[in-house]
Amino acid sequence: MIEPTAPALPAYRGDQRVTQVRVIRSEWTKLRTLPSSAWSLLAAAVLIVGFGALYSGVRVTRPPQDPAAIASFDPTAVSLSGLQLAQLAIGVLGALLITGEYATGMIRTSFAAVPHRLPVLWGKAIGYALAVLALSVPATFAAFLVGQSILSSEHLDTTLGQPGVARAVLGGALYLAAVGLLGLGLGALLRGTAAAVGALFGLLFAPQILVGFLPSTWSDHVYGYLPAPAGIAITNLRPDPTSLAPWTGFGVFCLYTAILLALAAWRLRRQDA
Amino acid sequence: MIEARGLTKRYGDKVAVDDLSFTVQPGRVTGFLGPNGAGKSTTMRMILGLDAPTRGSVTVNGRPYRQHAAPLREVGALLEARSVHPGRSAYHHLLALAQTCGIRRSRVDEVIDAVGLRAVARRRAGGFSLGMGQRLGIAAAQLGDPHTVILDEPVNGLDTEGIRWIRSLLRGLAAEGKTVFVSSHLMNEMALTAQHLIVIGRGRLIADTGVEEFIAGAVRGAVRVRSTDPDALAALLRSRAAEVSRDRDSALTVSGLTTDQVGRAAGAAGITLLELTALQASLEEAFIDMTSDAVEFRAPNTAPAKG
Repeated sequence: MIEPTAPALPAYRGDQRVTQVRVIRSEWTKLRTLPSSAWSLLAAAVLIVGFGALYSGVRVTRPPQDPAAIASFDPTAVSLSGLQLAQLAIGVLGALLITGEYATGMIRTSFAAVPHRLPVLWGKAIGYALAVLALSVPATFAAFLVGQSILSSEHLDTTLGQPGVARAVLGGALYLAAVGLLGLGLGALLRGTAAAVGALFGLLFAPQILVGFLPSTWSDHVYGYLPAPAGIAITNLRPDPTSLAPWTGFGVFCLYTAILLALAAWRLRRQDA
Repeated sequence: MIEARGLTKRYGDKVAVDDLSFTVQPGRVTGFLGPNGAGKSTTMRMILGLDAPTRGSVTVNGRPYRQHAAPLREVGALLEARSVHPGRSAYHHLLALAQTCGIRRSRVDEVIDAVGLRAVARRRAGGFSLGMGQRLGIAAAQLGDPHTVILDEPVNGLDTEGIRWIRSLLRGLAAEGKTVFVSSHLMNEMALTAQHLIVIGRGRLIADTGVEEFIAGAVRGAVRVRSTDPDALAALLRSRAAEVSRDRDSALTVSGLTTDQVGRAAGAAGITLLELTALQASLEEAFIDMTSDAVEFRAPNTAPAKG
């Protein structure tokens, strides 16, 4: 029997140590080469600008009338209203970055190449946070500018020079990056897409509903510390008494995210892939 | 070199791997043989640190796999088929894998060429046939030019040409002095590919031996022979202490003698042989016999299939 010889593969010499920087590069490649994740990120950017413009248009047709409504009208928040939708896309994609690997078996390839495992989680976190920021910083500024130009027809607009406005616009993008990491943490902790997405939506929406059942003397104290209200406080320019200060609130939200990532890291190291 | 010592893995109260000890030496192809569900994949996952042993330990080149700073330099692995994200192209799958340890892009192109996937490298891996998926896995296993290659059921889904290619590839790697550890549930395939065998059933070690010895020990020299004078040949062979039975088509099945011995005996007696065959199927049967006590899932009251 003639056995065809496989074409000889040349020897390979070179440094092959796994480093965190190399794993970040690998995770970045993974993120940008999955067409579905690239599309989700673009969709989130379109939602930020598109929904902000839509809602600004709605407010132009129904401008605030009485003095109290005029005082509490926040043109920056109106133009950034797309964040509410974009956070879902960003959070779900964050979860999918790792639940998708568990579902397809890719996780075994990833962990066989990086047996310490944690560099994979940090690589995903850093790569994804940078990708979300790279997209959402231009998107929130575009949404702000488009929204203000629409609102200006009724002289409801504001400018980036006003106190706190630039912080709110940039903060919207930071909030999205943090929501993406929250989704990633939930995905790494729970491993299943359905469980992670359910937990993400539950965490972002359910606490506000539950706190609504409490007497208002209690709920007013608790509300600001709930994940979504705390995180979104960074975009507030007309804070109501129940919400935390912008950076305090964002800090609280980052703390929740850090706790979830730490739990995920703990499970990743201890349990079979 | 892979060394397992008392390796044990339980899932709940089910024992998948039970006190397994073996050594896989470099420089030869070692077949890891056992029926489906015997614990082969679990053992391979433990070698790679993907599953933690309940008891015991396994090392690769002297250390637990996790402690190697350059893991892809130590071990290249083809895991259970489809450890790949279906949405990513073959090229980008390999590139992401290479980047974890700084392997150059040119090496990615080399392994793609070596497994013959150049034409489809930019296509989604999810659209690959089983055979193309196996080739992608083998490309991944060779990225780091590793000292040790671990392949789980590599011939699954490959056509005849692909199987021959794997065989010569594995022998070539062993000839370079690498450790080659290949699992299969097919005895005949392993007999052609491997030089050494580690046989397990129900997570326990059944045999750790050379292929020649395993076959010699397991198969009692069954030979099928057809001749112009079956009666005379049967008498002749019985006189040489062989067990002879007559088949329907007047062929004889002879055990206790090799094909060489049967042919020489017939020649010396002037009997014309029409056919002389070593019964390969009996090798598979011997394997089934050997592991039948250890097969986990089996239909009740069913004799092992001949074939």
